Amino acid sequence: MRDARAFAARVWSMVVSFLLLGGSVSAQAPSSGDDVTLIRGGTILTVTRGRIENGSILIRGGKIAAVGRNIEAPPGAKVIDARGKYIMPGIIDCHSHIAIDGGVNEGTLSVTSMVRIEDVLDPTDINIYRDLAGGVTTANILHGSANAIGGLNAVIKLRWGKTAQEMLFEGAMPGIKFALGENPKRSNFTPPPGTPRRYPATRLGVEYTIREAFTQARNYMRQWEEYERRKRAGENVVPPRRDLKLEPLVEVLQGKRLVHAHAYRADEILMLIRLAEEFGFKIATFQHVLEGYKVAREIAAHGAGASTFSDWWAYKVEAYDAIPYNGALMARKGVVVSFNSDSAELARRLNLEAAKAMKYGGLSEDEALALITINPAKQLRIEHRVGSIEVGKDADLVIYSGHPLSVYSIVEKVFIDGQLYFDRETDLARRAEIQKEKEALKARERSAGRRPEPRGRPPEEAVTGGVEHPLSPRSGKEVRP
Amino acid sequence: MRKRALVLIIAFGLVLALSLLNVWAQQRGETYAITNARIVPITGPVIERGTVVIRDGKIAAVGRNVSIPAGARVVNAQGMWVYPGFIDSGTTIGLTEIGQVAATVDVNEIGDFNPQLKAIVAVNPSSEIIPVTRVNGITTVLTTPRGGILSGQAALINLDGWTWEEMLVKAPVGIYFNFPTIASGRFFDPETFQPRERSFEEARRQREERLQRVRQLLDDARAYAKAKRAAEAGVPEGNAANIRDRQPLLVNPVLEALVPVVEGTLPLIVAANNDRDIKAAVEFAEEQKVKILISGGLEAPKVVQLLKEKNIPVLLGPVLSLPRSEDDPYDSTFTAAKQLYEAGVKFAFLTNDASNARNLPYHAAMAVAFGLPREEALRALTIYPAEIFGVADRLGSIEVGKVANLVVWDGDPLEIRSQVRHLFINGRPVPLETKHTQLYERYRNRP
Repeated sequence: MRDARAFAARVWSMVVSFLLLGGSVSAQAPSSGDDVTLIRGGTILTVTRGRIENGSILIRGGKIAAVGRNIEAPPGAKVIDARGKYIMPGIIDCHSHIAIDGGVNEGTLSVTSMVRIEDVLDPTDINIYRDLAGGVTTANILHGSANAIGGLNAVIKLRWGKTAQEMLFEGAMPGIKFALGENPKRSNFTPPPGTPRRYPATRLGVEYTIREAFTQARNYMRQWEEYERRKRAGENVVPPRRDLKLEPLVEVLQGKRLVHAHAYRADEILMLIRLAEEFGFKIATFQHVLEGYKVAREIAAHGAGASTFSDWWAYKVEAYDAIPYNGALMARKGVVVSFNSDSAELARRLNLEAAKAMKYGGLSEDEALALITINPAKQLRIEHRVGSIEVGKDADLVIYSGHPLSVYSIVEKVFIDGQLYFDRETDLARRAEIQKEKEALKARERSAGRRPEPRGRPPEEAVTGGVEHPLSPRSGKEVRP
Repeated sequence: MRKRALVLIIAFGLVLALSLLNVWAQQRGETYAITNARIVPITGPVIERGTVVIRDGKIAAVGRNVSIPAGARVVNAQGMWVYPGFIDSGTTIGLTEIGQVAATVDVNEIGDFNPQLKAIVAVNPSSEIIPVTRVNGITTVLTTPRGGILSGQAALINLDGWTWEEMLVKAPVGIYFNFPTIASGRFFDPETFQPRERSFEEARRQREERLQRVRQLLDDARAYAKAKRAAEAGVPEGNAANIRDRQPLLVNPVLEALVPVVEGTLPLIVAANNDRDIKAAVEFAEEQKVKILISGGLEAPKVVQLLKEKNIPVLLGPVLSLPRSEDDPYDSTFTAAKQLYEAGVKFAFLTNDASNARNLPYHAAMAVAFGLPREEALRALTIYPAEIFGVADRLGSIEVGKVANLVVWDGDPLEIRSQVRHLFINGRPVPLETKHTQLYERYRNRP
């Protein structure tokens, strides 16, 4: 009975929030891929090919079909007037934990390469809509940083209203989360009373944990190679036992899976570079990488990307030497740099985070915009699809009321694959109506004598206790990276 | 030979005289003139090509036709803007250095009731966070303890000074009060290390119990105040027989701290965000006849009429946070300031941060992007908090006689790309160097 009531309350709240916040837009969004749309008369910030004043973008079949000054609307095309507006590519957030059902960490082991974020995507997480409303169209959904080797990531497009499966960025290269430093050694984590500490507890142990895992993975890979060789030779051989933990690591060794490594301090960044080089693979991105500016030369030489915050610092010891010039310094030394959010909140204004790289370190407008568009696309190996406004790319576009690097500009429309997924006008227009509907639903519940348990806010103590990625009960989102 | 000695003596004498002069000048305070600037006094119209004269730490003159005093150091602010220093109405600056290193954090004391704790005495003037914050134009912050229910006394400080005494603007400004919330639903139980469910009824009971304890404490404070008055008044004449009954007042620091609260001269700074809690806090204040400010207030727009009616100011923010409820509009935190403004509720912005309190202007800017008039946003960063904290005679605008907390910007201070070019706190020029600029210079030059 209690359960049934709780269930009813949850369904009720889901229905309300769906109607309230997103149902409207996605319900109207055309589903056919053959639609033709012309966005006309705005300032286009292509990121890779400069700026086009009074330009137009033709969208056909979800792709950008033409970009330029004088594009006529084909018959039957939907025309969107963007005069006075700015259009830029959809923002790509290279470090996010939205849309995850439950906790972001499988924190029991130091190596959890067998678990997959893809299995726990929650397409109803309201933060998807909120971040979409901030211009984010693609996000790298990462496992948490509790383990030296964490779980597998999922790159998604924020196709609000679609299923988890439909949100996956089709064809995106798979990846895995690593973590170095304080979090995997659990410096800021108090184990429950009576439980043993988990290995490792030092940065030395973190290195060894990764080395041990890759030693195993290399042996495992060789077993399979040996098996394949003998099978090809016609021998009757038994295949090796499948190991779901080692398989993703073999893919890393083979260059088929990207490593996204949470790291802060210069020493540990250098450590992982050397370890990876020893095993013959590359680190795709260092995440956070707040001391990256100290070893920018080494990061650039290895060819890793750096996915960092603009200005977070001092929340823990390994973030005490973090400086807001980090992004610009690394970029100047040849590193492909992106600014990520690691936060459903920050993701709503990554355009303004990009502006901080102009303030701190003097990047140009295009360089700043690249931090949240083409650079993260490169880091995720999806730059052939997204990250700039170019013919042939996905029509993932954001229309701003003004220049996206100005604090006074707001997101008005967001397209993914040429479809309108966020429209501020529609959102505003539906609010009163939805409020009325909500009140009616509440009244009905009341008159039926039912009273849904209000959903409590996560209390503070839940946040302050288990510092690194504690279970925030409602969203399961990371509290501090 | 003798001639050389004479020259040496004269030179020495000169140096001595100059350094004495210098010491004297420093004690008196240098005179500065910021010239050719666009001055935004906040409380008056913008002054084009104006001059601000700073003397003895104060603003000595401001205007278009102000003569530059002889000997004044001149800062030519051609093409730049002068604003008063911004005020962050809620931080833990000075009380925290590295969030996850308990040894560096003095924010949460043990116990639920600590109204006697004074934030000011633990402000670390050497915190690296202080320079980092001020070089983005924030010259004054409210810093508060945050633990338990009554956390302690908030202090308003300037972000420059050799000691916390020199930093002090005013303390106490209020007593921080974490208003007990009705926290139902799933929560992480630190005792069992397990998530667990708390029913609405249980949560409501818990809140009521906590409030009851606050009521009790305020009653005690009233009784204490009465006893104190009686002790101070002494024994009435002609009542000498009772003289041996006279009791000296036993000083109780906890109740002592609450006397100005029950007497209505010191506000409780009530940390509350959701509408239900704000409403309950207002009712509580009415019932207890105490003055309150709301701190946080992200759902204040839902009870805006009540706040207007009771004339309760809101220390609003952080604006840059997620909507409080799943079914709030996506921009509810961004539009909160606009809604308070339209309803006529006085408010000021806060970050509730320390290390990134420097981003205060961008909280205000987001409110502007979502409909708050820009002038109002600037007031809520300057003169409104000064009024709310009772220091508008000293801070919050560029007016003669006020403390010279002045920031010279090369553009709109709400725009991220704008830079601070000169900074004055208490009339002294403050270098723009920070831990961050030092590391930047060091590593950009790494071969």
